[in-house]
Amino acid sequence: MIRKVSGAILALVLIAGVASAQTITAGGATFPYPMYSKWFDEYHKKVPSVSINYQSIGSGGGVQQVTAGTLDFGASDYALTDAQLKEFHDKRGFNVLAFPTVLGADVPAYNLPGVTAVLNFTPEALAGIFLGKITKWNDPAITGPNPGVNLPNENIVVVHRSDGSGTTFIWVDYLCKISPEWDKGPGRGASVNWPTGLGGKGNEAVAGLVHQTRFSLGYVELTYALQTKMAYGNVKNSAGVFMKADLASVTAASAAVKDMPDDFRVSITNPPGKGAYPIASFTWLLVPEKISDPAKKKAITDFLGWMLTDGQNVTEALSYAKLPASVVAKEKKAIAKIQ
Amino acid sequence: MSAPATTIDAPPEGRARSLWKRLRDGDEIAHTVTFLCAFAVIAVTALLVFELYRNSEPSRLKFGWSFLWTKTWDPVAGKFGALPFIYGTIVTSALAMIIAIPLGVGAAIFLAELAPPGISSALTFLIELLAAVPSVIIGFLGFFVLLPALLRAEPYIRSALGWTPLFSGPFYGVSFFTAGVVLSVMIVPFIISISREVILSVPSDQREAALALGATRWESTWDVVVPFARKGIVGSIFLALARSLGETMAVTMVIGNDPKISASLFAPGYSIAAVIANEFAEATGDLYQGALIELGLVLFALTIIINGAARILVVSTTRKGTSQ
Amino acid sequence: MTWNKARRKTVNVFMLALTGLCTVFAAGTLVYILGYLFVHGASSLSWNFFTKLPAPVGEAGGGMANAILGSAKLLLLASCVGVPIGFLGGVYLAEFGGSGFSSAVRYTTDLLNGVPSIVMGIFAYALIVVPQKHFSTFAGGLALGVIMLPIAIRSSEEFLRNVPLALREGAMALGASKSKAIFTVVIPAAKAGIITGIMLNLARVAGETAPLLFTAFGNRFWSPGWNQPTAALPEMIFRYSISAYDDWHQQAWSAGFVLLVLVLGVNIVARLILANKAHVAR
Repeated sequence: MIRKVSGAILALVLIAGVASAQTITAGGATFPYPMYSKWFDEYHKKVPSVSINYQSIGSGGGVQQVTAGTLDFGASDYALTDAQLKEFHDKRGFNVLAFPTVLGADVPAYNLPGVTAVLNFTPEALAGIFLGKITKWNDPAITGPNPGVNLPNENIVVVHRSDGSGTTFIWVDYLCKISPEWDKGPGRGASVNWPTGLGGKGNEAVAGLVHQTRFSLGYVELTYALQTKMAYGNVKNSAGVFMKADLASVTAASAAVKDMPDDFRVSITNPPGKGAYPIASFTWLLVPEKISDPAKKKAITDFLGWMLTDGQNVTEALSYAKLPASVVAKEKKAIAKIQ
Repeated sequence: MSAPATTIDAPPEGRARSLWKRLRDGDEIAHTVTFLCAFAVIAVTALLVFELYRNSEPSRLKFGWSFLWTKTWDPVAGKFGALPFIYGTIVTSALAMIIAIPLGVGAAIFLAELAPPGISSALTFLIELLAAVPSVIIGFLGFFVLLPALLRAEPYIRSALGWTPLFSGPFYGVSFFTAGVVLSVMIVPFIISISREVILSVPSDQREAALALGATRWESTWDVVVPFARKGIVGSIFLALARSLGETMAVTMVIGNDPKISASLFAPGYSIAAVIANEFAEATGDLYQGALIELGLVLFALTIIINGAARILVVSTTRKGTSQ
Repeated sequence: MTWNKARRKTVNVFMLALTGLCTVFAAGTLVYILGYLFVHGASSLSWNFFTKLPAPVGEAGGGMANAILGSAKLLLLASCVGVPIGFLGGVYLAEFGGSGFSSAVRYTTDLLNGVPSIVMGIFAYALIVVPQKHFSTFAGGLALGVIMLPIAIRSSEEFLRNVPLALREGAMALGASKSKAIFTVVIPAAKAGIITGIMLNLARVAGETAPLLFTAFGNRFWSPGWNQPTAALPEMIFRYSISAYDDWHQQAWSAGFVLLVLVLGVNIVARLILANKAHVAR
């Protein structure tokens, strides 16, 4: 009996573990999740005592939970609005800092059996599809820029996010800029009132739904489309060129930022420039200005430093564009703001 | 039989008196401790209702009762209404009932009345195991197996029932229909298991009287035994309904997650439980979170009512063995 | 007259067949589910699955070792909460209860049992995660424990009530006090039922996903102690199955198979124990 009890206690202790390792809880955007999961894995190999547990719950979740204090840092694909910054300050008594990490792109991914050509989409076509105004694949707005492609007379199944998403924010931010009707209607946000379409939870689920559903069209982050071998189209940029999302075009989009503001809040959708991809964005880590636990603070600031140097060297392998050098330099200085 | 170790003498004076006192205290302690544990249930439930009520305050104050019949769910504009989710929850559960009730009651009748006892217990065993399958696994299979199967079956369904508004419009797989079918798989074991118990508890003199009068087995079952057990069977249906209203994981994987009200079962929709699961962790702002919690309160209220009705029906039938 | 008799006989046979078909259909669904998971999941069960941590997104070769341990820890915590309180509450209802209060408890138990598990998740989030300011195994375990509570109380009460009055009276006639009679005679007599009740209860909460979404949160790494977020089997199945990565789908099948085997295994063992008890003459 005594042996059984002590055995149980021993097991309990082993399970409980000695928490000498530093565990950081983070969460948020699914947009950069492939990159972040690789980064946190690599960083854990480099500094085995630090485990950064990141869950891709969506940018909305990242913002909400870091404001509530249940996450050590969050991640979001949209720069916080003034109202959200104020809410954070009101709730916690200090500010939250945003650190850009990589650049990515939203691509229109589709499932069209039999169509092998890469489709060209105009801004008007995309807005019309998501507003529910353009319902068939062989609508002139879509067939026009795609001469010679046999588009079927089928309904377009729109797929969007069902959770609060920065990927959504990037997409609708772009739609707001190019479509006054969208701007007045569903508008700009992480979760909008979608006129039409099926909802999936996270970039992962949207990719899954598009995979499963014929004649569907959804927006996903570029890396998800590449990793799951989805077909995705080119989008016409402000200079009138149909651009494919890739490292070059996304980097060209980031060049639109001439003067990065001190709080790093900036939108680069629909930028000028012939070689720019129109639906690209920075993505940010949301770090509280004050971190009370010194061990956690060191772990986070060390990681940020690593992210800006070694981390930037592995982004391109996963098709995320690295940050411009000027932004990196500015961020390195900003790390000092964390107390 | 050896003398038991718990013999106590009649309480004498002095040293033995304190022994007696201790034993009495043992009773008191046991009574108090178990009482507290039983009370804990009431305390937890009260706390639950309190928390739900308190945290849904921003939404309740802003929208009042109109929350229940507002169609819009717009987080950007801060306008929230429960109607699409109430609609989706009810429609999917109703469809699940339509499928599961004939199937379930039929199977219960077979297992309780018509089948040979060996087959009956083996099949009951299997069906009760179905109730134990976690809902995320059923949802998973629903998405990967049922959905493509329904997509293939769609032309046949449409040709048979497409003239009704219930089966009009495009079908993408994720829909009220698929969610309803998945739910029916989850609740049919409950209907079968409880109905079977209820039918088995009908006094055998009822059966025997019918058979003695020359009824066939089916006639004695359907015309005599089942009406006797009617209340309990209906009770089991209510219980299954309550279970299906709150089902989350399986539904959110196949319903389409689109907060729209649509007559067609082929259209995608949303349910209360599914929207809470999808949007709760990221509901920014007290109003948004309050609206989701208020939805939780609505669901809670729905399940209380249905469970209450079920309880009355099942208890009165299985305990007393009468349907009067 | 004979025609009518023939018709009635036909109806009889027809309904026998129809209801039999319903039954086979229902029972067959379980067999199908099991078979499907076996075919798809058992084949990809590998040593990796049981020992490795999840790999970064898009990379193959990860496993669910942390989810398996996480589920075990959550269930341990849930049973520490649900089992003692539920059991002792059941003892009260069966042995001590006065009618008014007992009815209130039974009614509330049924109420609590009907609460959708997602609402329990909200409850645990508001009560524990928000004030503590972090997600944790503790919050998840507590949510599961509260879900276990109603069934624990009801099944304990049921099995205790089934112990014949004669045993109780015999103990008291020999001079045992009420509590002594309960704890040394009645409870051991109901032992089999109570244990199987606990097993079935655990099997049920092992598959719960919804309450874990905003309490245990999920974890890519090992979760030391009880205060950190943790991965769990059903939660991993959910996330992996809705993704578009084939490797993740494979892992979800395997996890589903493992979970199903565990849950069904416990159910089968529990029922066999009960059936055995029923056969043995009391």
